[in-house]
Amino acid sequence: MTKRGVHIAVNNLSHRYAARGPVTFDQVNLVSLPGEVLAIIGRSGCGKSTLLHIMAGLLPPTAGEITIDDSQVKEPSPKWVMMFQAPHLFPWMKVSQNVGIGLKFANWSEDRIKERVEKTIKLVDLEEHAESNVQDLSGGQQQRVALARSLVMEPEMLLLDEPFSALDAFTRAALQKDVRLIAKDLGINLVIVTHSIDEAVLMADRAVIMAGSPGQIEEEIVVSLPEERNAQDPEVQKIRGHLMETFRRVSTVEN
Amino acid sequence: MFGAIIARAFYSLVGLSILFGLWWYGGWLLESNPATMGFADFGPGPTYDAIPYLFGEGIIQEASITSGSRLGIGLLLAIVTGIPIGILMGRSKVFKKLSNTPFQFLRMVSPLSWEPIAVIALPTWNQAIIFLISMAAVWPIAFATAAGLAKLDPAWFKVARNLGATWLDVLKEIILPAIAFDVLTGIRLALGVAWIVIVPAEFLGITSGLGYTIQDSRENLDYASLAVTILVIGVIGFLMDGICLAAIKRFSWHHK
Repeated sequence: MTKRGVHIAVNNLSHRYAARGPVTFDQVNLVSLPGEVLAIIGRSGCGKSTLLHIMAGLLPPTAGEITIDDSQVKEPSPKWVMMFQAPHLFPWMKVSQNVGIGLKFANWSEDRIKERVEKTIKLVDLEEHAESNVQDLSGGQQQRVALARSLVMEPEMLLLDEPFSALDAFTRAALQKDVRLIAKDLGINLVIVTHSIDEAVLMADRAVIMAGSPGQIEEEIVVSLPEERNAQDPEVQKIRGHLMETFRRVSTVEN
Repeated sequence: MFGAIIARAFYSLVGLSILFGLWWYGGWLLESNPATMGFADFGPGPTYDAIPYLFGEGIIQEASITSGSRLGIGLLLAIVTGIPIGILMGRSKVFKKLSNTPFQFLRMVSPLSWEPIAVIALPTWNQAIIFLISMAAVWPIAFATAAGLAKLDPAWFKVARNLGATWLDVLKEIILPAIAFDVLTGIRLALGVAWIVIVPAEFLGITSGLGYTIQDSRENLDYASLAVTILVIGVIGFLMDGICLAAIKRFSWHHK
C-alpha cells in the first residue's frame, strides 16, 4: 500500500460562531508533517473541537485558511475524514454496509466495494462481525466499525474528536494502540483532539496544548517515544509528567 | 416462538368466537321481538345464506375492487404529498413553524365535510371521493414522517457529508431508510382512517363500491346483503392492516 500522508498547514486561523459572538480561537498557526500523529490537548471550550471541524471542512473559518499539501480545505472531502466521540453508525445497516457507505456515495461498483470493505474490516479485526447488525456490537466494536468506515475511503488525514472517551479503559487502550499502528502502517496523518494526557502520550508524535479564551496554541511538545508504548514505562511516565506540568502551567496562567 | 404463535391464534379465535356469539345473540333478539323481526336478516344465518348469491353474481368482488382502487389512488396521492410535506416539516424549522397551526387545523376537519366542495371543484364524483380519501390519509403520513425525522441523529448527516454524500445520497441512503418505520406506521394509520372514510363517502352520487352496496342494501331492506358487505369491509380492512404491520416489521431497524 502506498504511503499517503500529507503536509497540513493551519495559517492564522480564527473562528467565531456568530458575527458578534465571542471569538472561539484567534490566529492559530499549526503545521503537521506527512504521516505524523498530532494530538491537540485542551480544556473544554478552548476551541479544539471547532478547529478539528474546520480541518474536516465541516465548518468554515472566520479568517485564515487550512491547506493540505497544496489544496485549501473549503468543504468536506473523503480525503480528510473525521471520527467522532460516538460512532454514529447507521443502525439499519450491517457492519459491511456501514463500512462501504462512503464508497457507495462515490458510485463504486458492488464488486469493488465488497473487495475494499473486506480488506478494511480485516484491518480493524472485525471479520467475524461483517454481516452482523451494528446494534449487536459492543461500544468498542462499534468504534472499530466507525474507524473502518473512515479508513475505507483511503483518507490522507484522519481527524479524531475524542473518539475513545466513551469506552471502558481496556477497550480504549486497545483502540489507542491499534489506531496508531494502522495510521503508521498506512502512512496517513492523524489529528487527535483529546482531554486525556495519557492518550496524547500513548498515541501522538507531537502534542500541542490549546488554552485561553479565545483559544491559542500555548505549547508544543515532541513525544519522542518508541512505537511500542506502555503506560508504565519510565520514558512514557517522564513525557507524561512533562506534558502534565506544562498543561498545569498553561492552565494556571489562563486562570 | 411457536408457543407464542399458538397462544396468539388461540386468543384471536376465542375473541372472534365471542364476537360471533354476540352477533348471533343480537340476531336472535331481533328475531324474537315482533317489533324488530323485520331486521332479523342481520343475524348470522341469513347473512351466511346471502353469501353465495352476492359472490356468485360478482357483486362483492366488483364493489371491493372499485372501493379498493379508489382507496389505492387516494392513498398514493396522500403518500406522494404527505411524505415530502413531512420531510419539509422535519427538516425546515421555518416551514414547521409556518405550517404547524394550519395543518393542525386542517387535520381536525372531518374529511367528509369537504365533500360538497370536492363535488363542486372536481369533474366527477369518483374524483371527489378520491380527494376525500387523500384528505383523510395525508395528515397521519405527514405528521408521522415529521416525527420520524425529528428522531434522526444529526451527526448522521455530518458523517454522510464527510464521506462525500450528495443531497440525493442523503435522502436515499440516510433519510428514507431511517424514517421508513415511522412513515409506514403513518401509512398504516392513514389506511385505517381512509378505509373508514370510504364507506360514507360512497353513499352519495355514485353507483359502485362497498359504500354504495351498503346504501343500496339498506334502501332495498336487504339486511342480509348489508351484513355480508360489513363483513367483507372488516375482513379487507383486517388483511390490509396485517400487510402494513408486516411491512413495518420488515423495515423496522429499532433493536429487538
